[in-house]
Amino acid sequence: MRVIASSAGNFLRKHVYVAFILPALLIYVVFLVYPLLSSLYYGFFQWDGITRGAFMGLANFKKLLAESPYNVRFFSALKHNIHFFLMTMAVQNLVGLAFALILSRGIRGASVYQTIFFMPYTMSVIVLGFLWSLILNPTWGVFNKLLATVGLSGLARPWLGDMATALPAITLVNAWHWVGFPMLVFLAGLEAIPAELHEAARLDGAGGWKLFRRITMPLLMPSITIVTILTFIGNFNAFEIIFAMEGSSGGPYYATDVLGTLFYRTAFGEAGGFSGQDIGLGSAIAAVMFVIIFAISYLGTRFMRSREMQY
Amino acid sequence: MDGKMRGFLTSPTVLLVLLALVTLSVLSVLPGPPVLSGLPVGRALAAEKVELTFWSWRTEDTVAYDKFIKAFEAKHPEITVKFMPYKNTEYNTILSAALQGGSGPDIVQLRSYGGFEPYAEAGYLVPLDEKVPALKDFPAIPLSGARDRKDGKVYGVPFAVQSLQIFYNKGIFSKFGLKEPRTWDEFLDVCKTLKSKGVIPLAQGTKDGWTLESMTGAVAPNFYGGTQFFNEVVKGKADFRDPRFVAGLKKLKELEPFFPPGYLGISYTDAQMMFVQEMAAMFIGGSYEVGYFNRQNPALKLGVFPAPPQKKGEPALVSVYPDGSFGISAQTKHLKEALLFINFLAAREFGQMFTDELKQISPIPGVTPVPGVMTEIVGLTKSSTPYIMLVGFRYGQPTGSVLLQNALQGMFAGKLTSEGVADEIHAGLVKWYQPFHK
Repeated sequence: MRVIASSAGNFLRKHVYVAFILPALLIYVVFLVYPLLSSLYYGFFQWDGITRGAFMGLANFKKLLAESPYNVRFFSALKHNIHFFLMTMAVQNLVGLAFALILSRGIRGASVYQTIFFMPYTMSVIVLGFLWSLILNPTWGVFNKLLATVGLSGLARPWLGDMATALPAITLVNAWHWVGFPMLVFLAGLEAIPAELHEAARLDGAGGWKLFRRITMPLLMPSITIVTILTFIGNFNAFEIIFAMEGSSGGPYYATDVLGTLFYRTAFGEAGGFSGQDIGLGSAIAAVMFVIIFAISYLGTRFMRSREMQY
Repeated sequence: MDGKMRGFLTSPTVLLVLLALVTLSVLSVLPGPPVLSGLPVGRALAAEKVELTFWSWRTEDTVAYDKFIKAFEAKHPEITVKFMPYKNTEYNTILSAALQGGSGPDIVQLRSYGGFEPYAEAGYLVPLDEKVPALKDFPAIPLSGARDRKDGKVYGVPFAVQSLQIFYNKGIFSKFGLKEPRTWDEFLDVCKTLKSKGVIPLAQGTKDGWTLESMTGAVAPNFYGGTQFFNEVVKGKADFRDPRFVAGLKKLKELEPFFPPGYLGISYTDAQMMFVQEMAAMFIGGSYEVGYFNRQNPALKLGVFPAPPQKKGEPALVSVYPDGSFGISAQTKHLKEALLFINFLAAREFGQMFTDELKQISPIPGVTPVPGVMTEIVGLTKSSTPYIMLVGFRYGQPTGSVLLQNALQGMFAGKLTSEGVADEIHAGLVKWYQPFHK
């Protein structure tokens, strides 16, 4: 009798964690997994009114990937996501790394700078999207006025209305917004690198660049992996910043249209009521987005993990 | 995270177990009935008094609607009407969900054309043709916005008509001795004069694509031949690659030199602001601007003229479209009372109150418009034509509006010719617009 009781107690003690995980798991399933799977499922239906129509197999996916003009919009949006990601990696994450490297040297007032660089991160996307739209406004915006005061009025542009500059401008605003995050992750990563490794390398005669390339970079790989994957996921899910600065049509002439805005427009219609709703096709877009993000994040993580070093 | 923990989380067994859990829970949820259920709003409280609920997207007009409702309740003391507005951009979603769940209102504000048809076709609305006698006297365009194209029945009482024309600043015009232009060339001359005097002629920008559609609606009909072209294109006898439509787009492009500097980045609100602050002399836009312009700058002397035709004596066409209508939900438990109210919304007395309170054009026959610019606008609508994309081509994806708006941005950015715009519109519409398949 005692044996049974104690083994039951053992069992409970060993598996009690399940009880703690369950509530979170339940919430996760109800609010994330179920909507995700149901939207994958809706992608197989005709659904352009307010009620779900007939099952139509892969027709929505075929339309999206192989039928003009739907596929033109899809691939143009995908291309913009890729540009957005690459530019963000080049600007936001490199600047974040630079900030982290500088701050990790223990310069005077490091924590003050850290706070300042992190500040934009705490702002709402809608608010800062609106503010930057005002700053970049061609008529009353501060930015073009500033260019004029330093004698560069020839460079003034309608930044958000010019097809060539709209997406880069938004990418920079986005980088300005999030730069604090990679900075903090890299900073934490740098602080975890044992000082003796650098010391030993220096004694062996390694200089600044070699030190960074051979010691810092490899040991920072886990942080780089995390930042890259999170940037990828964030950029491929991008919607708010573009919606706030260019509206749901991803204008001008689709120059800032990404998968997020394409999905929103297709599934829910444009905010002004200029287009109807096609939840079937919208769900197909969401499903393809999910597959792309999941596959690349998974493969990317595996690849980058393989290049990490343990010490 | 250390290596061991990572290994645990990504191990195939754990992933499989998670997936199984998830699938199970989804399967158990999927076939369930809709969760939303009807809320009996105050019905039990007063047995003799019937309460109608009235949903709308006009949150900003609540005070005016309360007035209209008081006028109705004074005549029908046995009925109370509860006005419940929802946020404009969320209204469609809320209404769809409520109707599907059986908890919708009795009276529904409906959008025009493709905006209400899905509700009618799903059987959520009561056809009104025989039940509202006043509908017989309504003008054709507003009524067409509430008529289902498949069964030909009318599902709503139209409440407002909008029209597209050119507003101008009378002060600036008289300062430079300018008159309302009667021909296209006179119009371009006015623009040139203003520009030479350092005034921005047109407050138009291209950042918000939809304002380009309004501009097309104001300017292009004179050149594509108004209603005749509209009818041909709707029936599929012509399409948007027609030289007449391309000519209309070319005229639009002729206005580009008179837009503000940096117009590619000028949004709708920037344009409004430039006109209201008297930085720009003209604004091409909808009749719904009048109230806003008056409120923002009461000193601004507002004038209006229709976009001029090529030659003197040709009709100056104005695009018009119905904003929406009021309908009755098929789920109502008080059809008799709802019909009393909907007939009230179709009567001249309501039309007059609506016009006076909200400074809008009422489609109800016999209503006198508000004196001033609104009366002039109503005068302009005597020679009108349907607002082409909204009236004819918002029933499928991609809509004519979306195609036109974005392609015009491409035209003003120098990426597309007017022929290219026309091709792009056609290529999108031909995907779903059956008459183009002939």
